[in-house]
Amino acid sequence: MGAYVVRRLFFSLFVLWGAVTIIFVVLRLVPGDPAYIMLGPDADQAQVAALRAQLGLDQSLIQQYATYLANVVHLDFGESFRLNADSMSLVLQRVPATIQLATTALLLSLLIGLPLGVIAALRAHSWVDRAISVFSLMGQSTPSFWLGIVLILVFARGLKVLPSAGSGSWAHLVLPTITLALPFLAILVRLTRSGLLEVVHEGYVQTARAKGLSEAIVVLVHAMRNALIPIVTVVGLQFGALLGGTVIVETVFAWPGVGRLLIDSIGRRDYGVVQASILLVATIFVLINLLVDLLYGFLDPRVRLAGD
Amino acid sequence: MALLSVRDLRVEFATSGGVVTAVDGASFEVGAGETVALLGESGSGKSVTAQAVMGIVPKPAGRVCGGSITYDDRDLLAPGVAKGLRGREIAMVFQDPLSSLNPVFRVGAQIGEMFRRHRGASRREARAAALDLMKRVGIPAASKRLDDYPHQFSGGMRQRVMIAMALALSPRLLIADEPTTALDVTVQAQIMDLLARLQAEEGMSLVLITHDLGVVAGVADRVILMYAGRVVETGPLREVYEHSGHPYTSGLMASIPELEGPRERLVPIQGSPPDLLALPSGCSFRPRCRYADEQCAEVEPVLRQLPDRPSTHQAACHHPEGVLTDVH
Repeated sequence: MGAYVVRRLFFSLFVLWGAVTIIFVVLRLVPGDPAYIMLGPDADQAQVAALRAQLGLDQSLIQQYATYLANVVHLDFGESFRLNADSMSLVLQRVPATIQLATTALLLSLLIGLPLGVIAALRAHSWVDRAISVFSLMGQSTPSFWLGIVLILVFARGLKVLPSAGSGSWAHLVLPTITLALPFLAILVRLTRSGLLEVVHEGYVQTARAKGLSEAIVVLVHAMRNALIPIVTVVGLQFGALLGGTVIVETVFAWPGVGRLLIDSIGRRDYGVVQASILLVATIFVLINLLVDLLYGFLDPRVRLAGD
Repeated sequence: MALLSVRDLRVEFATSGGVVTAVDGASFEVGAGETVALLGESGSGKSVTAQAVMGIVPKPAGRVCGGSITYDDRDLLAPGVAKGLRGREIAMVFQDPLSSLNPVFRVGAQIGEMFRRHRGASRREARAAALDLMKRVGIPAASKRLDDYPHQFSGGMRQRVMIAMALALSPRLLIADEPTTALDVTVQAQIMDLLARLQAEEGMSLVLITHDLGVVAGVADRVILMYAGRVVETGPLREVYEHSGHPYTSGLMASIPELEGPRERLVPIQGSPPDLLALPSGCSFRPRCRYADEQCAEVEPVLRQLPDRPSTHQAACHHPEGVLTDVH
């Protein structure tokens, strides 16, 4: 078990290296020079060249990359061009807000998605099931930016019951949470429904009935525990999509999280902060994947023993 | 008086090809303490009959649409009745012990669950009771194996776990649906011996569902043969073996290989199992029967006593005389 985790963490380093390399290259392929953007349109060539030299942008791409990697290995993630502060510190300041949003969205999805999926499976092919299916299909296909704007128009501008932007209170959390949760919730409903339908005809479910157990125990304990195995895997993978979703949702609702910092920094070509944000999000994603794999072994004893 | 009485049972299944009548007017009784073998090939309706008795016919495809099932004077088809008796009074063991045990729970917990959910036992009490049962069904080193998962057991041991679970609350009727089919031949005999021993100890009624005549030979008091959802012959085991009154039964007897005596070619039953979506008129066995005539095509035979045989021996055939004289 311990050896497995160490091995996984070691391989995770390669994933993170890949992530920072891709973002490093992509950032520099995108048109737009940080020096131009920082100095504004009135700056002359000499000023731009001076600033480029100061930021190290006059070196070759390979040289910049080597310097960057060497610094990252020493946990130096570079300065923010525009805020003159350590990039990673800037990102870490924004992490709690994003975690708060992602966690509430995850909880809301689980709280609504799992029961809806169970109901749909138990009433398979009935009108209830169809209604739930239509809801989840719509939830999965509604773009977050559109839903966010509609919610703002209805609840903030129209009904004036909830704030449209910013953070600080629970009320501020409501609309961004719903917007972020909906697609995730919709996937969860579909997964739970199909997962449960797959196991309800298994022998052990019949056995549970033959044992005279109540239908609630049969479904929620004997069937659900088995149905959860694939659900957990996909939920873990989808959590990455949820983190990605925060970029849009935080922008729409002016939520002060990592996503919005990332978007701002991309606009300003603030290379250091963009790279630090991506590295952090990738790290979280890798750790969640590891957690899911460990949880998988916990849920399915057959996997656990095979690994020992 | 019979403990279990099934009368004119009809169970239908909706399939993509149309509605299949899996059980079509089956009637039989099981007395207290009696061991009855329910015999028939795949699709004969024997397992569905058992599911109907347990009240676990797969929904929504399957549906009991006629007849009655009475257990100890209670109507098992009335809402909620079967549910209250399942596990406590009537228990069931299934064919494949691997898929019938929940892969994610420890076997001790799966057995102990019977005491926890039905008797309100504590975790410790349930564990102790599960351990006793595992010892009773002959699982070696039971105290060490309580916390193992089903996949860590061999096929025979898994079936012992299933039997332990079924016996937990001392049911009066145990239905074993092909309990040995998924097991190795050597293990089959052990499981049958175990079932016979437990049946004798508990004094419970045992319904053995099987397609294998050899399995029930030494165990059953009485046999019930099913074909295409109907009971075609019933009677005491020896009587039916020695004086088969239905051509299907005599065909089954002829297709059993014998270890002793001169080596002869096995005689298979002609034709193939019936298509339940397109059963022939009259007697369902007619297309495979060498005694079949016009009467068989027109009139569906009913169970009746055979000429010169005891009243307990009945067959649903228009020409039992021919069958009887041909046998042995």
